[in-house]
Amino acid sequence: MLAAILSLGCIGMIAAVALGFAAKKFAVEVDPRELAAMEVLPGANCGACGFPGCAGYAKALVAGTIDVNQCPPGGADVVAKLARILGVEAAAASPEFAVVLCQGDNRKAQLKYNYLGLEDCTAAQRIADGPKVCPGGCLGLGSCQRACPFDAIEMTAAGLAVINREKCTGCRKCVAVCPRQVIRMAPAEATVHVLCNSHDKGAVVRKYCQVGCIACQLCKKAAPDAYKIENMLATVVYEHHSEAAVAIAKCPTRCIRDFAEGYPDGSALLPADADKPHAA
Amino acid sequence: MTDLLVILVSAIFVNNFVLARFLGICPFLGVSKKVETALGMGMAVTFVMTVATVVTWFVQYFVLIPFGIEYLQTIAFILVIASLVQLVEMVIQKVSPVLYQSLGIFLPLITTNCAVLGLAVLNIQKDYTFLEGVVFSIGAALGFTLALVLFAGLRERLELCAIPQSFRGTAIALVTAGLLSLAFMGFAGLVKG
Repeated sequence: MLAAILSLGCIGMIAAVALGFAAKKFAVEVDPRELAAMEVLPGANCGACGFPGCAGYAKALVAGTIDVNQCPPGGADVVAKLARILGVEAAAASPEFAVVLCQGDNRKAQLKYNYLGLEDCTAAQRIADGPKVCPGGCLGLGSCQRACPFDAIEMTAAGLAVINREKCTGCRKCVAVCPRQVIRMAPAEATVHVLCNSHDKGAVVRKYCQVGCIACQLCKKAAPDAYKIENMLATVVYEHHSEAAVAIAKCPTRCIRDFAEGYPDGSALLPADADKPHAA
Repeated sequence: MTDLLVILVSAIFVNNFVLARFLGICPFLGVSKKVETALGMGMAVTFVMTVATVVTWFVQYFVLIPFGIEYLQTIAFILVIASLVQLVEMVIQKVSPVLYQSLGIFLPLITTNCAVLGLAVLNIQKDYTFLEGVVFSIGAALGFTLALVLFAGLRERLELCAIPQSFRGTAIALVTAGLLSLAFMGFAGLVKG
């Protein structure tokens, strides 16, 4: 017993001393700014900056090949800290949130078939273009929820993905994984969105979804600069998002929502300013 | 002398560690996309294998057996191999950062590579003397490198072929590996035992 402990201990000690010596002799010069940058970055390794993990971004920053404002999860204060470490001027990139442009959960949108397969949206999409009749709607199987490193996506009980604006950092992982491209990025200040992603004609949309956009153009008539209608689908022009709220009441299918007032029906999330008075 | 030659040839061709014994498949499939990386990996593994055999031989016959703690063989060997791999990592990072980047995670994975541990254990199992052990390890390492480089060459050519959709990637790699292994079976019988 003693022999076992001693012999393994000795081998370990010799190895440790040898490695310690080698570490000094073969030390690789690492720029101290790289270490400082790594400490300041969030450490989520989400890859939104386009580099392999925070270490990759830190290395590129020090090499001077990338801007300091490429880390969306870090936010403005990480940008400021990185700017100080690297001694450069910095302007924070405007924050963006992801939005699921669909409200058609199982109660409101028709299904083609009963899908009993792998709980993955890409897999479901491969089978006859997905279980939903609507070609652009959210499938509700949760691939985006699993892809989100910040736990910001909720799957409602009725099968709809809803993104929590408090937790979203704009890393775009959900956008990349969604096979229906129903998640889009929008500036943080824009709270009004048209929650529909179907380019089918209005009559067709009405058949398969109670809350789909029928391109009736009433929103555009109410707020001409804030909406554009392309290919039978209305979208908010985010540069003019402040004017968009007037059209919410005009929409016959109620597919336009203001996230400041609340998340889509069925969601358990509360809006950020639920207790604060907001401009009607 | 002929004994040593027999051991060498056997380790390289007849009982190739990768293609006949099926040890070390992880770097075999993971690092064999390009011939330069495969060569670099092969050299790193050669170094680890040879030095590991030497050190573990001493550990077995001068520490484990005298103190009657042969049951600690696996742990002690892994300890030695892990330290050696750390050393190799440090040296490669310093000497050739490009190779370090291209080997990536497969460099520390040499520690858990069953080929290295398998070599150390086989050495003891076959009751080789020190010199025989060294020759065996050199042969094993050369055989490993040979298999890797051959496979890398094949894969580089496969990149330019029209492969059916369902076979692309790992599937065709595994099929090719099987065929290469079959080819090496042609050496069976060259050496007895």
